[in-house]
Amino acid sequence: MPEHAPELDDLVSQDYAAGFVTDIAADTLPPGLDEQVVRAISAKKEEPEWMTEWRLDAFRRWQAMRPPRWAHVSFPDIDFQAISYFSAPKGDRPKSLDEVDPELLRTYEKLGIPLHERAKLAGVDESEQAVPEVAVDAVFDSVSVATTFKDKLREAGVVFCSMSEAIAEHPDLVRRYLGSVVPKPDNFYSALNSAVFSDGSFVYIPKHTRCPMELSTYFRINAENTGQFERTLIIADEGSYVSYLEGCTAPMRDDNQLHAAVVELVALDDAEIKYSTVQNWYPGDEQGRGGIYNFVTKRGACLGARSKISWTQVETGSAITWKYPSVMLRGADSVGEFYSVALTRNRQQADTGTKMVHIGPRTKSTIVSKGISAGHSRNSYRGLVRMNPAAAGARNYTQCDSLLIGDTCGANTFPYIESKLPAAVVEHEATTSKVSDEQLFLCQQRGIDPEKAVAMIVNGFCKDVFRTLPMEFAVEAAKLLEVSLEGAVG
Amino acid sequence: MSLLEVRDLHVNVDDKPILKGLDLTVEAGEVHAVMGPNGSGKSTLANVLAGRPGYDIDVGSITLDDEDLTAATPDERAHRGLFLAFQYPIEIPGVSNMEFLKAAVDAHAVHTGLSEPSAVDFIKRARATAEQLHLSADFLKRGVNEGFSGGEKKRNEILQMLLLEPRLAVLDETDSGLDIDALQVVAEGINAFRAGDNAIVLVTHYQRLLNYVVPDHVHVLIDGRIARSGDHTLAHTLEDEGYGWLDG
Ligand SMILES: Nc1ncnc2c1ncn2[C@@H]1O[C@H](COP(=O)(O)OP(=O)(O)O)[C@@H](O)[C@H]1O
Ligand SMILES: [Mg+2]
Repeated sequence: MPEHAPELDDLVSQDYAAGFVTDIAADTLPPGLDEQVVRAISAKKEEPEWMTEWRLDAFRRWQAMRPPRWAHVSFPDIDFQAISYFSAPKGDRPKSLDEVDPELLRTYEKLGIPLHERAKLAGVDESEQAVPEVAVDAVFDSVSVATTFKDKLREAGVVFCSMSEAIAEHPDLVRRYLGSVVPKPDNFYSALNSAVFSDGSFVYIPKHTRCPMELSTYFRINAENTGQFERTLIIADEGSYVSYLEGCTAPMRDDNQLHAAVVELVALDDAEIKYSTVQNWYPGDEQGRGGIYNFVTKRGACLGARSKISWTQVETGSAITWKYPSVMLRGADSVGEFYSVALTRNRQQADTGTKMVHIGPRTKSTIVSKGISAGHSRNSYRGLVRMNPAAAGARNYTQCDSLLIGDTCGANTFPYIESKLPAAVVEHEATTSKVSDEQLFLCQQRGIDPEKAVAMIVNGFCKDVFRTLPMEFAVEAAKLLEVSLEGAVG
Repeated sequence: MSLLEVRDLHVNVDDKPILKGLDLTVEAGEVHAVMGPNGSGKSTLANVLAGRPGYDIDVGSITLDDEDLTAATPDERAHRGLFLAFQYPIEIPGVSNMEFLKAAVDAHAVHTGLSEPSAVDFIKRARATAEQLHLSADFLKRGVNEGFSGGEKKRNEILQMLLLEPRLAVLDETDSGLDIDALQVVAEGINAFRAGDNAIVLVTHYQRLLNYVVPDHVHVLIDGRIARSGDHTLAHTLEDEGYGWLDG
């Protein structure tokens, strides 16, 4: 018997490459939340009166609400008066990339995010092709610090800007759609976000336009004791297409930080939105100290006939993840998809899944969820499929797989099916498997070291989801999983 | 020096003695057949050579090319050139055979100080080797052993052996469950591998395969010990007379 037989548990470590802090002068509001703070945020952003009123309405509703308790996660009560609700790098928002603080540029460089406007070459294919350009909106704490490729996008009629800019420059679209998919009082955290949201991205794709490049937003929490409350709104007009990716990281800190975002997607007739997330917020240390509380409301509305919304998420970070990217399938023949990989290790807790609400006739949804748990983590899938009476001919397919690494972690599946329509087709498949000692031995026997072997087995398990990511992000996601699984062996 | 030397090997599984003092010496260029009734310890020998967790060496040593591997990890043994073809190959869902083979070949390259083959060269070589074993190109894209037939699994083990070019290949019942055509293909693969600077330990309990791959030595394993060794004619004697005459 070899002396150094590695324990599967040991193969999963806590290296977190994005854990550094950027030293930059910030303009931060003192902790605490009341009407004055809401007004102050709105004033800092020089918002019109209607926006201030919208926020105050949300704040008043929030005050009457209580945090949700139903998720399969546990954590001490959050003191909402101890959090600062606004932090931004000092100075005016730069007008072009040349004006961005070099310290910020270095931060994004270190995180591997291109804030320059050149196509990059990725050596992932046999025939090394130039990867298509990606436009980036970089959000640092509470504000967007740079958006690339704006000119090129403007030529195509695409609007891609920070939410603050959109409120000033596209008020009609914002007033029409903000809060239309996720109403202010939808839940405790959406109400809070509606009151204090700072920045985020706004996208409008005009009729019959295929967005000429991938759009992406990178969220970075830097400041201490600060919550991040970004707000994203994507509108795909008739017959348009857009693929959008968000990435997120934060420094390693011993305190928990709150991230409560709201994302709304609107797809009109024949439009398609593909929304991918690579979520790598700081997960906390081995003992469960620190890490981000990721309490996010993401919802898409397929308003138009034959419209389609796909959510793909790769969740490796955060101390607690609580999110259910959902699709309201209103338009006839509209399609909703949810592909998810959620990896938890150490003391991480994830309660994530989706809601597919079938309202229109012949609507179709697909759910593929892959949960991977290691260490002492808890990983739950929670999904709701609802078939409303008018959804004649609707179909859903759900596949829900859990992979356990070691035997101290836990995985749960909570599928809810509500059908008022006996003829609707709802299929559900679920499996639970383990990374087995046999698989690990096979890999080792072929010379592959145990860390690589675990990463390879986990990647194989996630293949159905990675397939749905844009190519270069699939590579990034696979690498991220590998890094997350890296650890000291025996 | 011998390629493989196994000295006085005592192995326990779940505290139960399975191998009870086994000696085996294999020279470069040789093929050794290890035969014996079910449960006599053949797979235990194969697994313990590869360092499988759960097989505890109580006494004894395993030396490959003068290097003591008794306490080495499975991947270290693999890097030294030890290969095990599994009796029951297991699945790794979603990991394509090609990806798996490339990872294995790359890992070996790193440890021998060679550069990793380019993806294009590797794919060409893997396809040619698969063809040699009558496996379709599509086979390389499928998940490792995922939905493979029994015969495909066994041929896949030989494919891995041919690509990794080990010093010592230990083949555990690679012939079982094969029809006659598949058996011949596997035998051709083994014979193609057979060369002056490597060696093969063939674990089997039928002499069928030995008609195609003629061994230099045959050993009979009974109750954890080698009860008899001889040349290839010993396999025929066993075929005619069974194992009973060796008892006691
Ligand atoms: N993993 C194991 N756990 C418990 N017992 C085992 C295990 N592997 C083998 N054995 C026992 O060891 C003995 C030898 O088995 P094995 O080496 O598989 O024999 P063979 O390959 O010659 O048929 C048998 O009694 C078998 O039950
Ligand atoms: Mg056996």
